[in-house]
Formats: sequence, structure tokens, C-alpha cells
Amino acid sequence: MAAVVRASGTATSELKKKSLVPYLLLAPGLLWLALFFVAPIITLVGTATKTPGAGIGEFIQTYRWANYWDALTGASAQFGRSFLYAFIATLLALAIAYPLAYGIAFKSGKYKNILLVLVVAPFFCSFILRTIAWKQILGQNGPVYRTLLDLHLISSTTHLTASVPAVIIGLAYNFLPFMTLPLYGSLERIDPRVLEASGDLYANAFTTFRKVTVPLSMPGVVAGTLLTFIPAAGDYVNAEILGNPSTKMIGNVINAQFLNTQDYPTAAALSFILMIAISIMVMIYVRKAGTEELV
Amino acid sequence: MPDASTSAKGDLKLVNLTKSFGEFKAVDDLTLTIPEGSFFALLGPSGCGKTTTLRMIAGLEDPTSGKISIGSTDITDKRPYQRPVNTVFQNYALFPHLTIFENIAFGLRRRGIKDVKAQVDKVLNLVELPHLADRKPTQLSGGQQQRIAVARAIVNRPALLLLDEPLGALDLKLRRQMQIELKWIQTEVGLTFVHVTHDQEEAMTMADTIAVMNEGRIEQMGTPAELYDNPKTAFVANFLGQSNLIQGSIVDSDGDYHVVDLHGQKVKVLKSRTHSKTSSVLYAIRPEKLRIDTDGHIRPGNVFKGGHIVDVSYIGVSTQYQVEMPWGQEIMVFEQNDDGIPPLDKGDEVTLTFEPAFAFALDGSQDATAGSEVNPEEE
Repeated sequence: MAAVVRASGTATSELKKKSLVPYLLLAPGLLWLALFFVAPIITLVGTATKTPGAGIGEFIQTYRWANYWDALTGASAQFGRSFLYAFIATLLALAIAYPLAYGIAFKSGKYKNILLVLVVAPFFCSFILRTIAWKQILGQNGPVYRTLLDLHLISSTTHLTASVPAVIIGLAYNFLPFMTLPLYGSLERIDPRVLEASGDLYANAFTTFRKVTVPLSMPGVVAGTLLTFIPAAGDYVNAEILGNPSTKMIGNVINAQFLNTQDYPTAAALSFILMIAISIMVMIYVRKAGTEELV
Repeated sequence: MPDASTSAKGDLKLVNLTKSFGEFKAVDDLTLTIPEGSFFALLGPSGCGKTTTLRMIAGLEDPTSGKISIGSTDITDKRPYQRPVNTVFQNYALFPHLTIFENIAFGLRRRGIKDVKAQVDKVLNLVELPHLADRKPTQLSGGQQQRIAVARAIVNRPALLLLDEPLGALDLKLRRQMQIELKWIQTEVGLTFVHVTHDQEEAMTMADTIAVMNEGRIEQMGTPAELYDNPKTAFVANFLGQSNLIQGSIVDSDGDYHVVDLHGQKVKVLKSRTHSKTSSVLYAIRPEKLRIDTDGHIRPGNVFKGGHIVDVSYIGVSTQYQVEMPWGQEIMVFEQNDDGIPPLDKGDEVTLTFEPAFAFALDGSQDATAGSEVNPEEE
């Protein structure tokens, strides 16, 4: 930038003014990041290495890096569960959202806008309330339970709530709009003539879908799965409301450590490990998906 | 995959083909035979039904009624991927996620052809772009994308290659070059090309046969020379090149000629070039067939007296004059700048002469401006 300005500018004062503009524009954002992202991260990393002091809830900085290892081994089951649930929920959301987004993008005609509003409509209602609603839907007096019972698919001793499937369904449901919207965005951008060209070049509808539509919608798939997987892996509301003690996810552990046990170092260590783990997974995923070539 | 490309060969036949969108008839009872191996152009203004016709041949649009066949094979109800037809789309529609090589290989792979590499390399050489095989479409220029779109279609050796305004997105110079190139490719591969365009020059440069379409019907069909020299309707006369159309009536006969009265001036036109059932005619003469006489030595033939120049445009190779006739109509005259004489001035009194054999006469009940205002070629 500076080089470009130098090449074209003549007066030094004007040059200085011009080259400052981009930094001035960036400043609010950088300041925000420094204050609300970098500083808390540093605090978080620091808190994680503290050890208990004399009083209750008092911790002294002793740089005990082993805290990280202790936290990880102590909550390894919940870590594993979080990623597994988030993974299955992401697949489930993808399976539901892809046909939905496809239908809205290509087959909805004049109803397109109404359908898009319906996709985001759940956001008008609280996240917690919607999750509690699922407790009703899946509960013993709810429509799902009754129907499955009538079809003899479950026995009267089965519980749908307080179970692993309930947690995963809750996760998939809650993050569905985050999956649907990017998918819709990338499907909608596909030039219909490219699809016609595929048909013209001896590909039937299914082959066209596989060889043209899916590859061209990959940016949406990657964005959608990331926007679902990341919050799902850190979520604790669904496990809390729709799960039982054996479905606790890492978010529940962190929540409990911070607020109940007030073991701040362990909670901080777990938060940091979760963040790093997700970052690594995302990096590998984006590399593998190779979306940069699609642009 | 069905091996459609080899199963049907022969002339393309459209029989009573109609396509309606609600009340609107985009294509109206079209019957047409396109001989195998020809370069055929469907020419007309936008909305004339030419693209709809092409899309029905490709299978991208279902006809309301009528039949499409290639040779003896009826393809009316076949899906696009079952037809031995490939299309060069307007704006090319290359697959953005595939390399140039894979774009061209797409059709071959779908049909399970074995020597994909050899065949793709062959057409890449034909379009002179073998070095671009590993690029993505967005890395290519418009002209290169156009050639790849042609290569992607012809590699399948279809019975029929459809070109939908293939040069519309290119600038004038590149368009001229691609016209010659496409014609050469067609001769080289020997496939039937059906070319849809609104550009009369493009159609005339490339096609063996042109069908001029208007409002879902074919106005006239023939070689470029036939259409230009002997149009049968005002629409064709105005859409292909420019014409001076003057209202008049046949008053006498003189051997092979009709004598036509134009606002009091008598001129001749060949009976064989007169396309009117009544004596009311639109007498027509192309602007470049007219000569301006200034020296008083009026050449033999037809004469328009009493004109005066109202506008002069010098465009290098020729000079274009607007000459107002005594009856108020402005006549266009193109004079070649081949005699070293400076152009005439506005207001000069002139007499126009021309060979009677160049004139033609159309049905006088038509709108004399039909096809002139829709001509998009402003060069």
C-alpha cells in the first residue's frame, strides 16, 4: 500500500495523510480485538497455570503447566463425547439442510423469500426456550413418543428425553439455520446454464448433481459444517436440558468448573484446550476440502 | 451411459414445431430441414424464437407440439443427455470447478470413452490452446473460453453442434477472427452446425444457409447472397443490411420488367424479383447500388430525379448520404471513396441512378420499417 502511494504521490504531507488512512480505518477493529480477544486469551492462558491459595476461590500464579494435562485427562471422556456428538449433529444437520437449501434455491419459485424467512424464524425465539420445547416434543406426552409407541418402534419403558439421541437432535436442530443459509448461498449462485451444459454433455440428473452441483456447493458445505460443528462442540445447553449425567459434554464441565466448583484454573485450561483442538480440526478440514480452488 | 453420439446421423428435421408460453407463441409451427454437414444460421432479433428453437433441439425445452428428428431417429421425447447434440452456450457455461482438460473430457467420461487423453489433446490442438489444459476457466480470456466451449462440444463428435450466440460476449475484432475460425473448424470436423444469432454479419460470414426468423416463424430461408440480393419481405430487406423501400404501384409491363410509378417517377424492376400479388408494391434498392450523378451525364437505367443531400457521413471506405426526394422521403446512398473526388456537400442537388436489375419489389401492404429498428448491429 505504502509503495503504491509513494509511487503516485508527490507532496510528502499528502503522502503521509494518505498512508495513514488504512491504519485509521483498521484501528477500531484492532482495538476491539486487542481488548476483547487477545487480552482475555492471555488472561485465560495465565489463569490455567494458577494453583489454589489459602482462601476459598483464591488462586496464585505458580506457572503449573501440568494443569493443562490434568484438565485434559480429567475430562477426556467429555471431550471425546463433545466432538462425537457435534460430528453426528453436523452430519444430521447437513443431511436435513442440503435438500432444504436445494429446494429453496432451485424449486421454490415465488415462495423463495417466505421459505428463507422461515429458516431464520426460530431466531426470534430464545435458544433455551426452543431447546426446552424439544423436551416437550420428545417427552412421554409429546407427539413423537406417542407416534413411535403406536408404531411399536419403541416400548413404553424407553425414554426419548434425557438420552444421547435427544442431545444430538437438539444440537442439529439448534444449528440448522447456520447450515442452511451458507448452503443456500452457494447453491443459489450456481449458474443454471452450467447445469444445462452438464445435461447437454451426457450427464443425467444424478450425475449432474454429483459432478457439478455438489462440487460447486462445496464452499457452502464447508462454511455450513464449520458454523454448525464449532458451536455444537462447545455447547452445554442441549446436554443440560435434553441429556442426562452420562451425556455431559465439555461445555457442561467448563460451566460447572467455573460456576459451581469455582476451579478457575481447570476451567480455563479446558476452555483453552477446546479452542486449540477446534482450531486444529478446522485447519485440517479446510485444507482437505480444498475450497480455495473453488473461487 | 447411452452412446447417443453414434446412433443417429443425418439431416435434422423439425416438423410443425410449436412452443407456447401461456398465450405467447415463441415458436409457431416451424418446419425446417437442415442438411447434414451444413453450417446453418437461425437469424433474427431477440424474441423471435430462435433461441427457443435451439433449446428445443438440445432438449432443454419441451415443444408444445411438433416433432424433431435426426436422420430417421425421432428425438422429440429424449432427455438432453440422450441426444447426439452438443451446445456451445452463450457465455460458454464452462464448469468453474474443473480444469480445461476436465471440462473437455466431461462428455467423453460420461459416455465411458477410453482414450480420453488423446481425444482431448486433439481438440485442444485444433483450437490451438494445448498449453491451457491445466488452467481453470476463470484464468482464461473471453476468446479462449469461447474456443474451449467449442472444443468441449466438438470432442464428442455430435451429429449436431448448436451454437447459441457464441460470439456475443466478444469484442468486435475478436468476433471477426472467431467467425473465420469457427467456419474453419466446421469445415475441418465436418459436423452440422446450427448457429443462432441476431448479428446478420455473423450469420452471413459463417453460414451456408440462413433462416431469418421473426415472431416465431421463418420469414425467408436461403444462402446469404440470395437473402441479401433478393429478399421477399420488408423484414428481411431491412434486417439483412439496409434497404430503401419506396411506396409505389405497378403501372405497366416491359418485357422481363414491371414499370413502377413512384410518386410520379417511373422506374423498372425485374418481374422475377417482384414479390407482390397486387399492383401495390414497396420498391426496394440497396444504398450501395445507388450512384450519385452530379456532372449531368446521367447513366442509362433507372433514375431518381430532384433529390438534395441533407446529411453526409464520411466513414473512410465509403461516404453515406441521406438524400431527400421530392416526395419527402430520405433515401440512403453509400458511395465508395474510390475516385478521389471529395464528398458532396449538404444541400447539393443530385440525381440518383442505378441498374434496374438490382432493384426488387415487395408486397406494398407491409410496414416499410419492419426489421429496421430491431437491427442491433450499430457499427
